Amino acid sequence: MAIIAFSTSGDSQEALLDLRFGRCKNFVLCDVEANKFSVVENSQNMDAAQGAGIQSAQNVIDHKAEVLITGNCGPKAFRVLNAAGISIYLGEAKPIVELLEDYKKGLLKKADSANVEGHWA
Amino acid sequence: MNIAIASGKGGTGKTTFAIAFFLANQERSRLLDCDVEEPNVHLFLKGKVVKEEKVTLLMPEIDNSLCTNCGKCVTACQFNALALAGKAGVIIFTELCHSCGGCALACPEGAIKEIDTEVGSISTTLVGDSSELTTGLLNIGHSAAPAVIIAVKKNKPIKEVAHRIVDSPAGTSCSFVASVSKSDYVILVTEPTPFGLHDLALAIEGIRELKLPFGVVVNRISSPDNLATAFCKKNDIPVLLQIEESRLVAETYSRGGTLLDALPHLKQDLRDLLDRLSGVI
Repeated sequence: MAIIAFSTSGDSQEALLDLRFGRCKNFVLCDVEANKFSVVENSQNMDAAQGAGIQSAQNVIDHKAEVLITGNCGPKAFRVLNAAGISIYLGEAKPIVELLEDYKKGLLKKADSANVEGHWA
Repeated sequence: MNIAIASGKGGTGKTTFAIAFFLANQERSRLLDCDVEEPNVHLFLKGKVVKEEKVTLLMPEIDNSLCTNCGKCVTACQFNALALAGKAGVIIFTELCHSCGGCALACPEGAIKEIDTEVGSISTTLVGDSSELTTGLLNIGHSAAPAVIIAVKKNKPIKEVAHRIVDSPAGTSCSFVASVSKSDYVILVTEPTPFGLHDLALAIEGIRELKLPFGVVVNRISSPDNLATAFCKKNDIPVLLQIEESRLVAETYSRGGTLLDALPHLKQDLRDLLDRLSGVI
């Protein structure tokens, strides 16, 4: 089953979801079948002058995630993730383990377009 | 003579001054609106648009039949303008592209072709009978403001005149440098406030680096001796003109009028100023 990526400023499944996608510090990845969690650094995009969302999307793609759970996703990041076939679900700033359960129960809302505008649009 | 109007701080009256300076010297000057992210001179100078041109830059286009999805172009791009979306291939965000050509160099397959892409436009407006206003406009979402500014400054006028007045954007970043570069003189418009002074000092630092002669116009003064004049005196900087604080100027401005509509006596001062700068006297 899928690898799920969560945006966060923490480094474990107990950490809260970071509602920012492009400039989140880390992604916590969950291999759902093995029930294993791992951390991927994303701090290289926190201070990007532009294109943070695009490169964070690239980071998620490069780590073979098939599902992304985050708070907000802008138009450029959405375009990249969508093209790569990654499903995006929107969550609140709750612990990642709780969001995982919400996702399994089908309680999270799937984003079918960007839910926020670009910062410079 | 090329004269750039700049400030550092926004809202000190650059555009207000530039329009008045142009109108007072209309028969011998033309005006270039280089505040390409938000040009607004045309709101005050009514006229007929007689020429419109596109500004283009070279940007990448990918030949999918040659691309192997290796991702080297994505790594090479320092502006985060490319992404490799799995099997969907490389996605290009031209609005973030700085036309450096790095992606095309990095591509081992020769799959990237650089093609002319529109980033902005230039329009020429005839004000009155024959004096010209050239306006640069950066397309929404694009980041290549300096390229549009340089294109405005290179744009050939319908009729050449003795003086070119450039209304620059606020700030002291790339757009400011592109606007003031290669000017014969820079007029810095400031206001006698700590904010105005702080950003004036930054602008002066930049202009000294560019080795351009400059002087200061102090706008909205309540006394001829103020923060800005004290700063200029201390640093041996010429104060070219002081304009009084006036509610009438603000009221006139809010109705789309110019500084000269509110304070007509400035016209002679502004003619004398251009004479002085161009060494006529």
